Amino acid sequence: MTSPKRTPAELLSGWVVARVSPAAADWFRAQMERLQSSPSEKDIYLALGYATRKLGKDDLELKAEERAAAAAARPYWDPTDWSVDQAARIAFVLASHARDAGAFKARLEMLFNTADVWELIAFYRGLPLYPDAAQHVSRAREGTRSAMQPIFEAVAHRNPFPMEQFDENAWNHMVLKALFIGSKLAPILGLDERSNPRLMRMLCDYAHERWAAQRPVSPELWRCVGPHADAAALDDLGRVLSTGVLLERRAAALALTASRSAEAERHLRTVPDLNEAARAGHITWTDIARG
Amino acid sequence: MFLDSHTHMVSRTTDDYERMAAAGVVACIEPAFWLGQPRTNVGSYIDYLSLICGFERFRAGQFGLRHYCTVGLNPKEANNEELAEAVLEILPRYALKEGVVAIGELGYDEQTALEDKYFRAQLELAKELALPVMVHTPHRDKRQGTLRSMAVALEHKLDPSFVVIDHNNEETVREVLDRGFWAAFSIYPFTKMGNERMVEIVRTYGAERIFCDSACDWGVSDPLAVPKTAELMRRGGIAEEQIEKVTYLNPLEAYGKSGQIKEDDWLNPAPIDQRTLYMGNSVLRGGQTPKVGAATTRDGTTLGDLKIV
Repeated sequence: MTSPKRTPAELLSGWVVARVSPAAADWFRAQMERLQSSPSEKDIYLALGYATRKLGKDDLELKAEERAAAAAARPYWDPTDWSVDQAARIAFVLASHARDAGAFKARLEMLFNTADVWELIAFYRGLPLYPDAAQHVSRAREGTRSAMQPIFEAVAHRNPFPMEQFDENAWNHMVLKALFIGSKLAPILGLDERSNPRLMRMLCDYAHERWAAQRPVSPELWRCVGPHADAAALDDLGRVLSTGVLLERRAAALALTASRSAEAERHLRTVPDLNEAARAGHITWTDIARG
Repeated sequence: MFLDSHTHMVSRTTDDYERMAAAGVVACIEPAFWLGQPRTNVGSYIDYLSLICGFERFRAGQFGLRHYCTVGLNPKEANNEELAEAVLEILPRYALKEGVVAIGELGYDEQTALEDKYFRAQLELAKELALPVMVHTPHRDKRQGTLRSMAVALEHKLDPSFVVIDHNNEETVREVLDRGFWAAFSIYPFTKMGNERMVEIVRTYGAERIFCDSACDWGVSDPLAVPKTAELMRRGGIAEEQIEKVTYLNPLEAYGKSGQIKEDDWLNPAPIDQRTLYMGNSVLRGGQTPKVGAATTRDGTTLGDLKIV
């Protein structure tokens, strides 16, 4: 028996209700009901404000089938590390959408503008679920400008919104900033699909800046360099391949396998073990990110 | 462990955070106040309240301190009626933010009619949301201002155990305690209340419902005032249990009535907190109790070497 496909909002509600006490579940359902029937502004911010108090902040810890249901309801949606209150808050935001995209956008702006850190993380994680994605691009970019790493990561990590909506410049700056603030690249969705020559150049320039300052360069950086590596970038990869620590050399080898140039082949032939491991799938970017 | 219940960290540096963490300050409370010059519009207030519920909370966490705040219209700016009306309008939106432990700083500056009006309105908000209140007692005409603040709070039927009267001195403490309110003391390097005077207060009045804070801000003030006062009390022969109450347990109990601050926040933070907002306090890692005498600051001095002014 197959159950009908459920919407993200339905999934969120189900996950919340299944994880809190009966009294808290009743409170949650009452809020949802109120928010679905022309709520006042006060109804909305009280529901959002009380969410952590009433429901707690435990991790959702989704089961495999729940994660699969998420991806089925909304392609690439990955709520793996969401918490109960975050799920509830996004359910509230979605519930208050009365099929008026303009009003929804205006209210969401108000909520973002007066949010605390936790709410910001929740609202940014909710980006892929909001109607009329294109009109939330400037807000998403605001998130990637944040000085708070968890806010940046709420947009950048495990979130399909940037890969689907960001133009090349926005995308490139998000990737560069991730490295700049010491965040990981691996959880960014669409990293390989959206790599491009301009990003390759920005990243190589950044690597040179770091080298000049005698600071380490994240081995993840080379992931977005390999596919578009020009002559100078191939020289950089060759340098890492011959002088880096093992993790960096593994990363350089994996990056070089993504280049189709003869020069890349030449570099790889100098390291037959790494070449073989990279081509056989024994080196992955996930492992590189893990360090 | 210390809790500094009155800090304006937005005007302090990362060095201060490092020194506070090293000295055993595990948490601080940032009361909403003015900025040293008056705000001219509500937008400025919105951004400020977002800052103390947002970036400042994050920033503190990176240095191993948990950060809380109070929200409210301060008495000075209550005198700008247009601003005051607009702020009262947006306050309910902030009062339930995570880590908001009270409505405050409220009270009187020059005891004008407008100050009175907005003090009362915010007492009602605190009552409605069952939040504690932080009362800023005036710098001038302090005794009368303090008595009036308490009378008005009682008139509005606030439970005194939910109201902290801050910036006390020897002239106000008796009446504050007699009426059942919390009596907080801001320790300033040169004025108001010095560390030695604080020791004498505890010697005279004991530790029930009394606590001290640094009120560190953009002026001459000391973010280490609480640990230094604790050290001075220790040297003065005050019992450890009393020191702990005055520098940690009492403010935790008073502001804990909000449900928004608890020991677990720093001793046993939620996994999602640890992943995102709170880098933990190295002094406390592994569930140890920090040894204040052994806590060193970045320049290598121990707390015992710090000059107590």
